[in-house]
Amino acid sequence: MKNPAAETVQQAEQGSSLWQDAWHRLQKNKMALLGLAVMVIMCVTALLTPWITPYGYEEQNLLLGAVPPSAEHWLGTDTLGRDLLTRILYGSRISLAVGFIATAVALLIGVIYGTVAGYLGGRVDALMMRLVDILYALPFMIFIILLMVIFGRNILLLFLAIGAIEWLTMARIVRGQVQSLRQQEFVEAAISIGLGPWAIIRRHLIPNTLGPVIVYTTLTIPNVMLLESFLSFLGLGIQPPQSSWGLLISYGVETMEEYPWLLIFPGLALSLTLFALNFLGDGLRDALDPRAAKD
Amino acid sequence: MARFILMRLLQAIPVLLVVITVTFFLVRLAPGGPFSAEKAVPPEVLKALEARYHLDQPMISQYLSYLGDLAHGDFGPSFKYPGRSVNEMIAAGLPATAELGLYAMAFALLIGASAGIIAALKPNTAQDYIPMSTAMLGICLPSFLLGPLLMLVFGVWLEWVPVSGWGDIPGDKILPALTLASGYTAYIARLSRGGMLEVMSQDYIRTARAKGLPEWKVVLKHGLRGGMVPVIAFIGPAFAGLLSGSFVVETIFQIPGLGRFYVQAAFNRDYTMIMGTTVLFAALIILFNLLADIVAVWLNPRLRDLYRSGGA
Repeated sequence: MKNPAAETVQQAEQGSSLWQDAWHRLQKNKMALLGLAVMVIMCVTALLTPWITPYGYEEQNLLLGAVPPSAEHWLGTDTLGRDLLTRILYGSRISLAVGFIATAVALLIGVIYGTVAGYLGGRVDALMMRLVDILYALPFMIFIILLMVIFGRNILLLFLAIGAIEWLTMARIVRGQVQSLRQQEFVEAAISIGLGPWAIIRRHLIPNTLGPVIVYTTLTIPNVMLLESFLSFLGLGIQPPQSSWGLLISYGVETMEEYPWLLIFPGLALSLTLFALNFLGDGLRDALDPRAAKD
Repeated sequence: MARFILMRLLQAIPVLLVVITVTFFLVRLAPGGPFSAEKAVPPEVLKALEARYHLDQPMISQYLSYLGDLAHGDFGPSFKYPGRSVNEMIAAGLPATAELGLYAMAFALLIGASAGIIAALKPNTAQDYIPMSTAMLGICLPSFLLGPLLMLVFGVWLEWVPVSGWGDIPGDKILPALTLASGYTAYIARLSRGGMLEVMSQDYIRTARAKGLPEWKVVLKHGLRGGMVPVIAFIGPAFAGLLSGSFVVETIFQIPGLGRFYVQAAFNRDYTMIMGTTVLFAALIILFNLLADIVAVWLNPRLRDLYRSGGA
């Protein structure tokens, strides 16, 4: 899930045309490409934030106070005279990091769990999936709020808690894929040349589930970012002096009648990112879903 | 069908037990108690308080007696509001939350499904793109952002509708309901578009057309039944989402509902209140998932046969 282009090239060398086809189809989808471009820019600016911002993150200017957008402060300043653009950029580091890391946690657990269940099948599979069903029925949002209130608002806990919810769907998707792959001849061939189950899972099954996994991952990241913003908005996520978009939005709400830009710009940043990721995810689904090939 | 419902109801019991047990021990093992937040209470008073609420007993016996009370539908007294029981507080908060959720759900189903169906009738035309782009907007504008924005534009700048309150001034329920509904409307629109597209390419739709049925009848009578299956399946999870979404909307618009109580109770370590609302939410979520499954089975004859033969 690093770079789709690099992945395509790598796969193409192995003689698989699925990835090349997918890349061609994705290129035709203008909105998905736009989404990809926005995400690349977001990630680059987030990485470079400390070097490209002229203002410090905590740099206050109490005499200035809250001013609307101007030449010095492109997106204005907050009530303490801190540059809003700088704060949004620093916030993007946290928001994106939460999005990617928590999704990675979900990806890791979900893919391993789903593959094992799908590969072993039978009673183990039934037991493992029943557990997923039970977890699905739990009101996780309530648990997360409870966890955050009770055990302090620790960023690590946030990753774990969010990752712990999101792996369920991933596990179901992967398990379904593996179940149908397991019946195919190349797996039989791998067994017949004496490969162990772990090697089959790692070398033959997981790579073949990549398509749906990539699509679902792309669609999970915006969900996770939304969840983080939601918790931060309630005051249960990221804590000051750190900042995330959710936190900036919740500050913006407090003063929106006097200083609407403090709400609008962080909101725009969050929405734009969600837009980009959703369009990219939709585009990838159309590109990687074999059923879409007939269009 | 009766067997299927009974099976699912039986399956719900362990899930509820897990919820109760995890929440019970999570809350009690956490640092801080219901009486430790405020100014220091004299030790003898604290002791009396703990004795009164049986907090001085071993945790396992507290747990068992809680389960016993719960079996009688008694959520216990509130620790933070002396003299009020959790049952009373839930009864006070539930109507507002339920009403808000109902409006939001009705709006989401009505507008979402119509938009999706309209889009699916002429795919890849303006009739498809316009509602679907609007739906994307609904997905990317989370409630905690949309709510304040709606408030700012329609409440503060245009002064069309009241900014907050619940049932005080006519029209003050519009913005909260809209805010809560937006994401679900968008999602339902996408689901129903997908479902309708799939169904409308089926053979039996072609047959219906071939026998000369007018198009509206083909769509409403034959298309809808299959096309709405994904939407029905979504209603269960959507209801769960509406409940947690109401935390934010109730906070933003200052609605005296359960969601606000819950967040406050968690901050206050009001053990019984946390337990009561969690159990209630969990039970409602399980119930609505079950209802959604029943409707899905009823709509889809193939699933019906599967359950009749005892599979899955």
